[in-house]
Amino acid sequence: MPDSRGLPQGAVDIRSKRPAALVSATGLGVRRGGHWLVRNIALDVMPGEVVTVIGPNGGGKTTLLRALLGLIRPTAGTVRRQAGLRVGYVPQRLTIDRVLPLTVHRLMTLTVRRPRQAVETALGETGIADLIDHRVETLSGGEFQRVMLARALLMEPDLLVLDEPVQGVDFAGEADLYRLIAEIRNRHGCGVLMVSHDLHVVMASTDRVLCLNQHVCCAGQPHDISRHPEYLRLFGPRAAQAYAVYEHHHDHAHALSGEVVRFPGCDHDHHGQHHHNHGEPDRR
Amino acid sequence: MLDDFFTRAMVAGIGVAAVAGPLGCFIVWRRMAYFGDTMSHSALMGVALGFLLGIDLAVGVIVTAVAVAVLLVVLQRTRGMSADTILGILSHSALSLGLVAISLMTWLRLDLMGYLFGDVLAVRVADLWWIYGGGALVLAALATIWRPLLAVTVDEDLARAEGVPALPVQLAFMLLIAVVIAIAMKIVGILLITSLLIIPAAAARRIARTPEQMAIGAAVAGAAAVVLGLYGSLEFDTPSGPSIVVAAAAVFAVSLLPIPRQG
Repeated sequence: MPDSRGLPQGAVDIRSKRPAALVSATGLGVRRGGHWLVRNIALDVMPGEVVTVIGPNGGGKTTLLRALLGLIRPTAGTVRRQAGLRVGYVPQRLTIDRVLPLTVHRLMTLTVRRPRQAVETALGETGIADLIDHRVETLSGGEFQRVMLARALLMEPDLLVLDEPVQGVDFAGEADLYRLIAEIRNRHGCGVLMVSHDLHVVMASTDRVLCLNQHVCCAGQPHDISRHPEYLRLFGPRAAQAYAVYEHHHDHAHALSGEVVRFPGCDHDHHGQHHHNHGEPDRR
Repeated sequence: MLDDFFTRAMVAGIGVAAVAGPLGCFIVWRRMAYFGDTMSHSALMGVALGFLLGIDLAVGVIVTAVAVAVLLVVLQRTRGMSADTILGILSHSALSLGLVAISLMTWLRLDLMGYLFGDVLAVRVADLWWIYGGGALVLAALATIWRPLLAVTVDEDLARAEGVPALPVQLAFMLLIAVVIAIAMKIVGILLITSLLIIPAAAARRIARTPEQMAIGAAVAGAAAVVLGLYGSLEFDTPSGPSIVVAAAAVFAVSLLPIPRQG
């Protein structure tokens, strides 16, 4: 949460000195076909922490995740996963061929055997318990992502790894999904590592942001990142407003619970930001 | 009962269909139709190898098909060419190599048509042992790797991230295909084997709600195709292998018909 407001200190070293990282990379590089897809990455994900990797398409976000998961061998550097780490993974753009008949229940228990009750509970957490016997091909984009998220939860994960978790979800659904992910973190205390190109909503539910374009351009708390020159260079000046939107909503909620009307100063400030936001709609 | 050649053919065909159905489902799900075709086309090389080394032909076929499968996987990993092109090259060169090798062995007199299109009416009791013994082994092995193989089929990355040993499971699956090619060769011939793997599986898709239902449905559809095809071949005096495939295609066509709703 952005409690360090007013201390714009630019990039913060994302590597922490605390020892109990769920997964940690040092000097990580992946080279394919003579090109470095990612290079010189240092990253730790701690228990209970939401780390979001943002960056342009082709910036190596998925490559980084796959290397951290051990799905591809790094060309340089090391990846350390905590011993016995249970991972719940939602890969990018999973498509299930229509020729393969699967129900939601079956998809959930593909690699683990769990009682039906447990499957229902997991689906209930993402708000779709009633879909348990539906055919996978009949699900909407949002429903499918919720199934995948519930599926990851069923693993009782220490670490959730989500690659573009809101893909194929409409805009209203996106915010819901990110809220759900934050809730899950709070409820289970698991670490979350996610990839997104969607700055907007993601900033709201993230503890740390890592901005990736082959290398780590900048890393730190969302609040600081949104002002970082590298970030602005990559995403354009309008991107700074993405965070402002969140801050605005945040202030607003906060103000409602405290008595906002009595403080004209606050009201003014709030009003100013409000005005600012109205010219904002860069949703992509 | 097994004295009659037609009964033997029927028993053999149903045995092969029972194994080919479930295995064929995975070939369909994994989009490996052309891959399976390439493996079965290499079977003729295996036959040549078997004659050359004086070993059992089935063993020759299994070894060659597995070798070709591994070669395919390695070539695809190196990514010099599209998988499609590599399959096209290997599929037909394997077949042609087999034909050339057999024609070079001038001392051999064998019924090439029988290998290419099957000769189910010449099935001997010993072949039935092969089909049912080997078939039972294949089904048992498939049942063992069923869950991990299904997980890898849905998404390899996901399965691996969740601890499924993807590579051993996939290699085992290829070995099973090779065994099925070896035992099905006699029934429909190497040119038509993939049809017995794929068409019944595709026909079973409509009625299946789970992967297991589709596997059983494929076995049943395949058996129906064998029965229909063999009776058809007897009735119209047509070659038995192609008749079975035509019957399978007919079963598939029927599966496409709209299901009448009961209200």
